[in-house]
Amino acid sequence: MEKFTTLHSTAIPLDIENIDTDQIIPARFLKATDKQGFGDNAFRDWRFDKEGNPNKDFVLNDPKFSGSILVAGDNFGCGSSREHAAWALVGYGFKVIVSSFFADIFKGNALNNGLLPVQVSPTFLKQLLNLIQAKPDTQITVDLENQTIFVADTDLKESFDIDPYKKTCMINGYDDIDYLLSKKKEIEQFEAAL
Amino acid sequence: MGKTLFDKVWDAHVVDSIDNGPQVLYIDKHLIHEVTSPQAFKELEERNIPIFRPDQIVATADHNTPTVNQHLPVRDELSRNQLKQLAENCEKSGITLYGLGHPYNGIVHVMAPELGITQPGMTMVCGDSHTSTHGAFGSIAFGIGTSQVAQVFASQCLLLTKPKSLRVSVNGKLKNGVLPKDVILYIISKIGTNAGTGYFCEYAGDVFEDMSMEGRMTVCNMSIEMGARGGMIAPDQTTFDYVKGREFAPKGEEFDKKVSYWKTLPSDEDAVFDKEYTFDAADIEPMVTYGTNPGMGIKINARIPELNDASFEKSLQYMDFKKGEYMLNKPINYVFIGSCTNSRIEDFRVAAQFIKGKQKADNVTAWLVPGSKQVESQIEAEGLKDIFEAAGFELRQPGCSACLAMNDDKIPQGEYCVSTSNRNFEGRQGQGARTILASPLVAAATAVLGKIVDVTKLLEHSYEEELI
Ligand code: SF4
Repeated sequence: MEKFTTLHSTAIPLDIENIDTDQIIPARFLKATDKQGFGDNAFRDWRFDKEGNPNKDFVLNDPKFSGSILVAGDNFGCGSSREHAAWALVGYGFKVIVSSFFADIFKGNALNNGLLPVQVSPTFLKQLLNLIQAKPDTQITVDLENQTIFVADTDLKESFDIDPYKKTCMINGYDDIDYLLSKKKEIEQFEAAL
Repeated sequence: MGKTLFDKVWDAHVVDSIDNGPQVLYIDKHLIHEVTSPQAFKELEERNIPIFRPDQIVATADHNTPTVNQHLPVRDELSRNQLKQLAENCEKSGITLYGLGHPYNGIVHVMAPELGITQPGMTMVCGDSHTSTHGAFGSIAFGIGTSQVAQVFASQCLLLTKPKSLRVSVNGKLKNGVLPKDVILYIISKIGTNAGTGYFCEYAGDVFEDMSMEGRMTVCNMSIEMGARGGMIAPDQTTFDYVKGREFAPKGEEFDKKVSYWKTLPSDEDAVFDKEYTFDAADIEPMVTYGTNPGMGIKINARIPELNDASFEKSLQYMDFKKGEYMLNKPINYVFIGSCTNSRIEDFRVAAQFIKGKQKADNVTAWLVPGSKQVESQIEAEGLKDIFEAAGFELRQPGCSACLAMNDDKIPQGEYCVSTSNRNFEGRQGQGARTILASPLVAAATAVLGKIVDVTKLLEHSYEEELI
């Protein structure tokens, strides 16, 4: 896993609530047996029409917006547990997703792939979305060490929560398998006592 | 303070705890399928880590399988490759696979309970969010991502933070024509699709106590649709009777010993939940959804609400419904009875009972897809197949089918489908398809009348009256 410390980037505003993992990556693209290539089909049915032409109204196709931060509406990542959704977002180039609420399994999947979910207050989210809409070149900073997200030279700043263990993993690029393997002895003792 | 059912099962599986961090939770059973496992196998192989406990893993093929001509090679190349990889991976690692055509094959959440793999007090995981189904037995069962599949492969454990506890109680007696599916659709319509996020839910009260195991599975299945990681129902005599004698259930003295343990699992009287909801069974009626998330449900004879918010409007636009209009009498061309929510024998019995002696409407394409090979055989043995065929219905072979439309079972663009599955997201049943979630009874009635009808009225009067 890639290490994550601080990110400065512009952001893409996706002001839609309840974005489920079927929208992030539709089921018909889940036939692959490796993790590559999902980025091409991220938000497939919103990005392209039936004939495969880019849908001009969709924000990811709007040349005004770019960057490795996605700012999305409430309850992001609900629905299916498919980790393909996280692979699609990472594959597309996102490193941070900002929302006022994340679904459980998605959050875990994101963290396991070095994609940082930043949960902010609904007010902050609204302000951030407005600012990006008005000024698409707004630079946003996500500082994991200090658990803050802010826009320099404005009063837009908020801190966010992250499980301390997960934070250490993200900063050092570790994953859970390394940790669990170090617990083999305890696991075997537990089994013996069953 | 007393412990909840969830606490008891969780605490019995904690191997270790990190200070201020997650706990190492031991997993008794790991179910896998073709779609979310290949990358996990690959990861272990690349890191040279062996599968730790292959005996505690059971594999099936379900998501990506055809529901016709299962004896022939799978036509779609990518699907065929995925199934082949699963078979090779299982073979290499010594994992039991009930592949396509095997008498035990089926949707993972249908076949495991009916084989007695699912038992009370267990921890169970699968790379599929509807793993919550197995909670109907009083086990902690939840869906995981592929990285976690790899973790369980490597260590038979997961690193998890204990979720908060939620209890949903429904007391009283359900009305005629109201099925478990209506109960869960009703609950989600009341509390919303993220009320359960961060929680594990216990369902309690008369309604769940009176419910069959099939019904309890339908309810627990959709826990994830209210955001909860899983749902549970306290094991009782109904549970023990269901498990007893099944292929992989404990036998003889061993079974009796287990039962005495299982009897200690229900939540203590003085257990405290972090959040509680209580509903009255008398308020529940047959339900349908009108929007693009499972929380957008109404009583079948009610009007679509009139809300002013962008997500709501976007959703209605996708469905091509208007605020304030009735769902009743909407013409419907597709009906799907299947998925891990409603593809057990009881669901097909309910459908057959309604369909018997009637005919499918000409405008309707109806797919009946059993959840497993065993359900398929039972449908035949009980004579339900003859009823379906005489009425013009198509009985297909088991699999996830149009629930997620990964195979050829797709609902065409713009068409409505009354479906017994669990998700009505945009495009879930095919690009541009419009899903209306309902019980198997509502689905059967829709197929016969070719439109949405009030099933409670149908049960009171005769359906001929309704036809006029
Ligand atoms: S039937 Fe649908 S919800 Fe159930 S496991 Fe298959 S795809 Fe998932």
